[in-house]
Amino acid sequence: MNAILKDRNSQITRAGADTKTIVCNKPSLAGAVSQRACVFCGSRVVLYPIADALHLIHGPIGCAAYTWDIRGAMSSGPEIHRMSFSTDLHEKDVVFGGEKKLEAALLELIDAYNPKAAFVYSTCIVGVIGDDIESICRKVQALKQIPVIPVHAPGFQGTKKDGYRAACEALEVLVGTGNRPAQEFSINILGDFNLAGELWILIDYYKRMGIHINATITGDGRVEDIANAHKAQLNVVQCSGSMMYLAKQMKEKYGIPFMKVSYFGIEDMSDALYEVATFFKNNDMLAKAKEIVRLEFARLMPELAVYKQALQGKKAAIYVGGSFKAISLIKALRLIGVQTVVVGSQTGTADEYEIIKQLCDEGTIIVDDSNPAELSAFVKETKADIFIGGVKERPIAYKIGLGFCDHNHERKEALAGYEGMLNFAKEIYATAMSPVWKFTK
Amino acid sequence: MLLRHTTDKIIEREALTVNPAKTCQPVGAMYAALGIHGCLPHSHGSQGCCSYHRSVLTRHYKEPVMAATSSFTEGSSVFGGQANLLQAINTIFSVYNPDVIAVHSTCLSETIGDDLTQIIAKAKEEGNVPNGKYVFHANTPSYVGSHVTGYANMVTAMVKTFSMKSSTKKNQVNIISGWIEPSDMREIKRIANQMMAKIVLFPDTSDVLDAPMTGKHEFYPKGGVTIPELISTGDSKFTIGLGPLCTLDACIKLENQCKVKFDSLELPIGIQATDTFITALSRAAGVQVPDSLTDERGRLIDIIADMQKYLYGKRVALFGDPDTLVPLTEFLVALDMKPVYIVTGTPDKTFEDRMASILSTKVPEAKYKAGERADTFLLHQWIKQQGVDLLIGNTYGKYIARDENIPFVRLGFPILDRVGHSYFPMVGYAGAMNLVTKILDVIMDKIDREVPEEKVELVM
Repeated sequence: MNAILKDRNSQITRAGADTKTIVCNKPSLAGAVSQRACVFCGSRVVLYPIADALHLIHGPIGCAAYTWDIRGAMSSGPEIHRMSFSTDLHEKDVVFGGEKKLEAALLELIDAYNPKAAFVYSTCIVGVIGDDIESICRKVQALKQIPVIPVHAPGFQGTKKDGYRAACEALEVLVGTGNRPAQEFSINILGDFNLAGELWILIDYYKRMGIHINATITGDGRVEDIANAHKAQLNVVQCSGSMMYLAKQMKEKYGIPFMKVSYFGIEDMSDALYEVATFFKNNDMLAKAKEIVRLEFARLMPELAVYKQALQGKKAAIYVGGSFKAISLIKALRLIGVQTVVVGSQTGTADEYEIIKQLCDEGTIIVDDSNPAELSAFVKETKADIFIGGVKERPIAYKIGLGFCDHNHERKEALAGYEGMLNFAKEIYATAMSPVWKFTK
Repeated sequence: MLLRHTTDKIIEREALTVNPAKTCQPVGAMYAALGIHGCLPHSHGSQGCCSYHRSVLTRHYKEPVMAATSSFTEGSSVFGGQANLLQAINTIFSVYNPDVIAVHSTCLSETIGDDLTQIIAKAKEEGNVPNGKYVFHANTPSYVGSHVTGYANMVTAMVKTFSMKSSTKKNQVNIISGWIEPSDMREIKRIANQMMAKIVLFPDTSDVLDAPMTGKHEFYPKGGVTIPELISTGDSKFTIGLGPLCTLDACIKLENQCKVKFDSLELPIGIQATDTFITALSRAAGVQVPDSLTDERGRLIDIIADMQKYLYGKRVALFGDPDTLVPLTEFLVALDMKPVYIVTGTPDKTFEDRMASILSTKVPEAKYKAGERADTFLLHQWIKQQGVDLLIGNTYGKYIARDENIPFVRLGFPILDRVGHSYFPMVGYAGAMNLVTKILDVIMDKIDREVPEEKVELVM
């Protein structure tokens, strides 16, 4: 079996030797065992953590069933988001249209659950049969007096990335509708989804600096906070792939500046705190940020040293959703003595792949929209010890006898912030050093 | 309380499904296709479908699941997916080199009206299907039936494509497997082997989705029914279909196509259904039931007799697929338990009759429902009205189990939070022993945890 499809050569490059710029943002080749998902998937994962909204999926049952509580996005209060609601379209609906069913379902749901807003996701089939979701949403909104927002997410209309955009467009409808008084030193946290409670770690740092958290979009999200998101002075954006569009729109509409940060690894985490403090031009805040970093470093470094010593010389392969996260991971791994030998993402950007190329050691393989056969071949070639990826990569890694760390939906420990760095080191250590691997040799 | 919104008052719902007890057709087709050796399932639709199905199967089995997709775009939805599928077939054979590609459709490709028969014929005409390789398909529109329907359609497509009648009969019996785990398929082969009955089991996901760890990722693991075996099913002397919803169509197709007579049986879950299966196999294959199996049965009855007082009268709620629920309910009644609430999201016209025949005299108070809005939300509402002592269902039952503090046995698809289902069977006498042990464990663990201190019993 040829591990690498001929047509895919342009989507693979190597740090150092290869001067080629990687081609990305390209639809997958039909017939490839791609690790990518669809527009609906992108919109669903972004909006899903808004816990007091209802998320109704208009389509056959599958799209609702497969996205039922699969992402551990925690809520400190309501948990309507963890339920699965579907119009469960049948053949007759496909023939005669699903609008009536959608309207009835929305009314039934709003009465039963009393949500603060409703998101209505259109799926592939709705895109084809042409239900007028907009008008149903308007009608129900007028009747029930809550925002009822269509999310245009037919799967075939692009990649997961286009789904992020559809989610941002839905959020835009909500932003600006609130009327809360603005507060000083207030930020919105964009692009953290509170997996394993990560958001709460970040909020704690920011609060210790004297910063007011205006809205979290969308981790532990609330409709009212998002409606008032335009009252913040700054948007701090992580997971730029999913949220940059909203940040840019908010800059244009409301003049709110944004900055791009990462909370993975201690370098990037510290930079994030410093940059936010610097933005507010407040010496006291900067001093507090420095104090946090000093304290956390002092606590963390001796503990990390133990792991670094044990992991020195290990090699890692990374395959994640977006390339921005990969950059932080490369740095975080380096901090614990692990060299990155393969880097890939499902939906990376050319700029970020270029940064990765600069950051990595010579020979590191960089790949866009990869597949299992390729990844296995790369891992073998580079003799990686650890794989960092998501649900579909995990069992392949295990089968070939590699340690694995889930840096995607299925992370069970917080990996953001300083605590997260320690958890990350522990996870990498535990999996790389597991005695189970010696039985496979 | 995760399900704090669920009340005991039944909310009238006409349009809404909450927390479904089913999913859509294509994942069933994908699972069935993985039961052919050297087969790459192919999803003819958007990328997301394939990604979701692979993810849920991966989470359920903790195994790599390979499948390709036509990666529909805006253009395909307007002009049809023919170009995508033709390119896909080409790519798959040149890169992944399977013996066979099993194509299934999706709601999108069905709605835009792609004719898979014609597209596949075109691929053959254009020479894109290498000699000795196969491409076949099943239509699996997601808006009809459920994941079970998709499984059934793929199994029927296997018969339609491969089963062939030659001039010589073979001394073998076909066993068409309903939707059960690789462990169950392995167990059925073990039983047949004990009986010295020669069988062809299909589909067969054992050694595919329970592959051993070897340090190598096998794109096509060693298990699965082979194409020559599938072809030979047309010469078999008899067919036994296990689980009517999943296999009856395939049985009928095989009879019409190759004149192989069949028996359509329930899945061999529990004592009676296993008795029926073993009797049927013994008759069809012309073999005796060996003492070793009779002994197994005896050991099962022995466990039940020993522990009957912990089982007696316990109220059970269960959800899942009809083919599993029917024999399981029968088994629970045999255990002297009371299966009081049963739901399946899968539409099944025979479900009510099948359930009534088991329950109407033994558990007249039982409520059961199949199809639209027979979801776990409804099940939970029933439980709120009057509680149960045991819940059996897939992983999603854990919300109810936690909120209501009900002992919970995981059984069905998907199981996302435990292991074991792919390794330990629930079919056959051994499977029944496994099941009854699990049931007793969770019920008795709760007693140990919650009885007042003075009532804690060392010997139970």
